[in-house]
Amino acid sequence: MNSETITMAHGSGGLASQNLLRELILPNFSNPALDELNDGAILNVKSKIAVSTDSFIIRPIFFPGGNIGKLSICGTVNDLAVSGAIPKYLTASVILEEGFPIDDLKTIVASMSKVAREVGIQIVTGDTKVVERGSADGIFINTTGIGEVIDGVNLSPRNVQAGMKILVSGFLGDHSAAILSSRHGLETNLESDCAPLSKLTQEMLATEKNIAAMRDITRGGLAEVLNEIATESNVGILIDEEKIPIRDEVRGVCEILGFDPLNLANEGKLIAFVPSESAEKILDTMRKNPFGKNACEIGEVVTNSRGRVGMKTSIGSIRVVDFPPGELVPRIC
Amino acid sequence: MSAEEFLKSIRDSASKISRKIRLMEVCGTHTVSIFRAGIRQLLPKNIELVSGPGCPVCVTSDDFLDKAIEYSKNPNIIIATFGDMLRVPGSKSTLRESTGDIRAIYSPLDSIRIAQENPSKTVIFLAVGFETTAPTAAATILEANRLKLENLKFLSAQKLVPPALKILLSDPAAQIDGLLLPGHVAVVTGVKAFEFLQIPSVVAGFKPDEILRAIDWLLSRIAENRSEVGNCYESVVHRDGNPQAQKILDSVYEVADSNWRGLGLIPKSGLKIRQEFERFDVEKIIPIQIPESRPNPNCRCGEVLRGSIIPTDCKLFGKICKPEHATGPCMASVEGTCSAWFRYGGSHFEF
Repeated sequence: MNSETITMAHGSGGLASQNLLRELILPNFSNPALDELNDGAILNVKSKIAVSTDSFIIRPIFFPGGNIGKLSICGTVNDLAVSGAIPKYLTASVILEEGFPIDDLKTIVASMSKVAREVGIQIVTGDTKVVERGSADGIFINTTGIGEVIDGVNLSPRNVQAGMKILVSGFLGDHSAAILSSRHGLETNLESDCAPLSKLTQEMLATEKNIAAMRDITRGGLAEVLNEIATESNVGILIDEEKIPIRDEVRGVCEILGFDPLNLANEGKLIAFVPSESAEKILDTMRKNPFGKNACEIGEVVTNSRGRVGMKTSIGSIRVVDFPPGELVPRIC
Repeated sequence: MSAEEFLKSIRDSASKISRKIRLMEVCGTHTVSIFRAGIRQLLPKNIELVSGPGCPVCVTSDDFLDKAIEYSKNPNIIIATFGDMLRVPGSKSTLRESTGDIRAIYSPLDSIRIAQENPSKTVIFLAVGFETTAPTAAATILEANRLKLENLKFLSAQKLVPPALKILLSDPAAQIDGLLLPGHVAVVTGVKAFEFLQIPSVVAGFKPDEILRAIDWLLSRIAENRSEVGNCYESVVHRDGNPQAQKILDSVYEVADSNWRGLGLIPKSGLKIRQEFERFDVEKIIPIQIPESRPNPNCRCGEVLRGSIIPTDCKLFGKICKPEHATGPCMASVEGTCSAWFRYGGSHFEF
């Protein structure tokens, strides 16, 4: 590739587009379905399939612990994983802003390729478009994933019942806190937790097929996902503040900016609602996986206060945990 | 002492005082901490916590926002503001709904960068806040002065907490028995700025056990009828405050009257830019006229800010007034009393 930045020609289907495809995309993502270069990829599946799609926009594009490329694979893989599926195939569409550095694109594509290989997912089709300078924020990526649903697994909020235990796979809030710190010049050692969780979920489901429901804890954080489950399952949820794993540094960032750590996004954490009697067994399994080594129980499903989430606080009180307020806005004073 | 021990001591004091006690937490950050820790639910029935006028966004008057919105309509102007101001309703709309160029920033110093990057535009920083943030705004003016950055201006509504407390307590209807004084403000002003108070008052930290300690401190004074002013946040607050911050503040600003939502015009309760730096005062350089604002007659934020009603007494609360589309600033701000009541489930609930 001759030019050092993306030009409108890279998206117009001519020679530049072909070069981008042959020199950058194909060598990184090569697999039988993609290498056919048909208009549509032809895929084999053995079971019911799970499908999920997500678009990724993030500033900064490169952040401590990852970049938009890694994020775009992990995000969709994790949606499939918590649906009880083994991720198999992925599509990737990239929208680039004219002037985007090609070296940055190379780094992003390499990250996508690396994490896809780790997960065992194949990127089978994709698309690249270029928009004029000022019409996008560098790079946007959409991925759609297809996974094979594990036989006998049925994950749904409808299965969640009183008495079940609630497990999380590790420290919460690292992703948001790392992004906010790097965006606003706070010096921390925090890194995004961006990671693929499909091996972890497969191991958990091999240990206990009757896990009731799983979710990845992304935008809106723990508060969002707990409220979703409480509403969809019409159960009450009671968590214990002292059991929720949050790093001191994340608490520090929250104190400075006035955020509630329960509202911070993650990109490599999941929550599981499990039968009480298998909670310990599942935790043992989780802790053997590098992405679940700090897994712990944080609370349980209760019979009263249906549709609501409560939290025992560090001083022994109980308060409501509501849906997060949306956009995270720092306080003034 | 542990949180549990403070609570025990609080219960002991409360049982000695047979009447109802109203303690006001002045600062919005305290309000949020109190709700997050669930402190209200643990207090004895005769101890009530009332939120005060300590959310800078909430006490900013409609006409300030109307001016900001009017300025934002000028295509040659960029508005730089703390994000919390964006959703606050003026008399007609919010800044967020404005079509102008509005940038959310985290520090007033960010406005310098925006001004440097946009030399053909005028950048206006919305300088709201209390003694806590005013020194940073002052430092920004000094820096703009040093850099001869003539396209950076300030729309200023900085406020001072002690004069507002004086007015608030002078109203016999307020019935406040003790004050939790704002920790961040006191870092700058020092405890001495509050020593004129005639009721038990104490500077408090923001962690749950620090707040319980301060409540315990107040109740023990109330039980003994001692109107003392104290400091339970010794790790960061000193009697004289931060002299360096005060010096920067004094060099740029002078004390002036200020209009508070809910409390009205309070003499000597605000700051205005000194004549020497007047060229940074946007109202002097680009004067604008806005129609006199008529506040929404159904919104009771003013009474909430005075502690004379609780949010649920307002018939808009939780119905047409919610955090995502707030009628009043106390619901719009992340540190507003109504927003805290809405998000954290009011004072009591069963689980």
